Amino acid sequence: MGVEKNVVEIASGIKQIPGTPVVISPIDKIINWARAGSLWPLTFGLACCAIEMMATGASHFDLDRYGIIFRATPRQADVLIVAGTVTKKMAPIIRRVYDQMPEPKYVIAMGSCACSGGVFKTYSVVQGVDEFLPVDIYVPGCPPRPEALLFGLLQLQEKIKREAKKWGFWR
Amino acid sequence: MARYLEINKKQTKEETWEEPFYLNMGPQHPSTHGVLRLFLELEGETIVNCDPIIGYLHRGVEKLSENLNYNQTIVLSDRLDYIASAANNTVFALAFEKLIGLEVPRRAKLLRTIVCEMARICNHLLWLATHALDIGAMTVFLYCFRDREWLLNIYEKICGARLTHSYVRVGGVRQDFTKEIIEELYRFTEEFPSRIYDYETLIDVNRIWLRRTKGIAVVPAEQAINLGLTGPVLRGSGVPYDVRKFRPYDAYGEVDFIVPTGKNGDTYDRYRVRMEELRQSNRIIRQCLDKLPETEGEPVLAENAPDLLIPEKVKEPKPQPVPKKGVIFRGVDRPIVPSGEAFASIESPKGELAVYVVSSGSNKPWRLRIRTPSFVHISAIPYMAKNHMIADLIAIIGTLDIVLGDSDR
Amino acid sequence: MKELLNRLKEKFSNVILEIQEKDYPTIICKRNGFLDFMEYLRNGEGFKYLIDLTGVDYLNYPQKNFEERFEVVYHLYNLDNKILLRIKVRISENDNWQYSVTYLWKTANWFERECYDMFGINFKGHPNLKRILMPDDWEGHPLRKDYPLYLEEEQEWINYKEFIQKIKTS
Repeated sequence: MGVEKNVVEIASGIKQIPGTPVVISPIDKIINWARAGSLWPLTFGLACCAIEMMATGASHFDLDRYGIIFRATPRQADVLIVAGTVTKKMAPIIRRVYDQMPEPKYVIAMGSCACSGGVFKTYSVVQGVDEFLPVDIYVPGCPPRPEALLFGLLQLQEKIKREAKKWGFWR
Repeated sequence: MARYLEINKKQTKEETWEEPFYLNMGPQHPSTHGVLRLFLELEGETIVNCDPIIGYLHRGVEKLSENLNYNQTIVLSDRLDYIASAANNTVFALAFEKLIGLEVPRRAKLLRTIVCEMARICNHLLWLATHALDIGAMTVFLYCFRDREWLLNIYEKICGARLTHSYVRVGGVRQDFTKEIIEELYRFTEEFPSRIYDYETLIDVNRIWLRRTKGIAVVPAEQAINLGLTGPVLRGSGVPYDVRKFRPYDAYGEVDFIVPTGKNGDTYDRYRVRMEELRQSNRIIRQCLDKLPETEGEPVLAENAPDLLIPEKVKEPKPQPVPKKGVIFRGVDRPIVPSGEAFASIESPKGELAVYVVSSGSNKPWRLRIRTPSFVHISAIPYMAKNHMIADLIAIIGTLDIVLGDSDR
Repeated sequence: MKELLNRLKEKFSNVILEIQEKDYPTIICKRNGFLDFMEYLRNGEGFKYLIDLTGVDYLNYPQKNFEERFEVVYHLYNLDNKILLRIKVRISENDNWQYSVTYLWKTANWFERECYDMFGINFKGHPNLKRILMPDDWEGHPLRKDYPLYLEEEQEWINYKEFIQKIKTS
């Protein structure tokens, strides 16, 4: 196999034969690589964290450079960033938005309130969004700094790259 | 768009629109600024009736603060109007000081005024960014966030947090400004007027902006007062009501500034009022900075300010070493809060923010009522949106400058 | 200020129970004849701006010197003379209703709805008295002193319970 000697690794586990349009890779890896490179979160601001989420997307922190572009509709989004306090009145609506998103979908709980209810242990607040949503990444802080959200999104990318059996009907 | 209204009405009547069309807008909608839900009754594209439904962010702050002591309540106040939290801290502190009967040192007053005005600039920049983004100008959003980031960095140097400061405390402020912060603020105030000019060149004479804002949601002065509108929304209608002038608090009595007012009471006038307020805020910060050297070395927290944890009962006074300047944690032999009631209100960036507190003599408030501007402003949407198009509704929500955390509490 | 209070005292001696000098002048009045009094304040004295309307629950209040459980507190402001006035009406638990002032100040509409939502005080003459912050089928009035801060499992709102149950089973 003389080809194996010349291949170049362009991403982890994805190899290209130089000078040719041929890529050698397990299909898992290449799809995960593409998927992690274009995460489209849903703009769903609930409370204070939404302002930091906006700041992350705006000029100073610039999420676009990671291929992360905010979408305003759940039908085109991959990630649901729950940014803020979730009340019992709001919970069914968040679930509905989540159900509308196409597979594969991920959830980031941003801020103490979404993680655990935070300071608001009251009659109307859900104590953590994980009561009714499968959360992938927790970003603590009240509110988390934009860097923290960025780190959370990058961690999610790492998680997506490690996925193997989540998708694919031909397995 | 309002000018097309009459033509539209004729058309819709000729066509066979027997039943009104109902549309649900929100709570998940990119331009409702949070979790506001509007239930619209439409005739074609014209709004006949509009029913705002709030409460999707009701966290029970008023109930929660009955179970926390006075200084802990200030932390909750950050999360009400999270865009201008310094203003919330101030009104809570003012009400509690009135209740306890504390005299705040002059330096603390000046520092409070500075952070409040910084909060106003932050708020108006965010308002301009989102309002312009909703109407269709993306560049303004990027410009505004660039400058807002500068202010947030200064906030971070002052108290370590970007949004939720808790810098203002009962009896003063947390700590003094350092030299570095004052220099940075001088640089900011020097630079900022030219930035305001930048924003104005972007949208002031922009034809789309003018068409989307002129003549939209006109509120006559008499009706505005009856609806309870305050802040820039009321001043856009030509009523010069400003709590900073009418019932001065902190250091607003000793600074010189103008209360800008509009004439027509439409969306464009309110935009002009806010832009002018940015300049005035900048002036106020500058004046306060100039006054700071006079009070150099004064304490920033009142001598008899309550501790972070107000005791339930008064202890026997013990002889104590003289506390160092700027140290917050001191002995617990402080007077507890007397029973009674107090009402304090300030001019928050969005309007009049008032707190009514009833005390039972313990270390927790018996009842803490927060009158927030956003709550009142949302209640005015049905009156303003009537006979406008759906597209104008976005402009109306934008011009009212609402925050749902503020309204639902 | 003094003149105004004296004038009110003379004119509405059958409505006003007591005038207290606190941080702002506080007038405690009876419910009977309350609407005439408010109408006079708005149209006769120029209190055009209602800053705030709220309720207070005085259940087991240590320094209580009256019998009724609730108080409805109004803060009125005169924009011309810069006078702030606080008006209180006391309401007992069994007879918990108050006259609505919505027809005088449109602001009062939502304030009264909130007061109803949080304290369960009914406002007579209100055009649309229903819950505002809590969902329509919520049980109890949260800001009453006998309402718990945090709901345990058995007190949980029934719709939310069902919602969680549905997600766990699916």
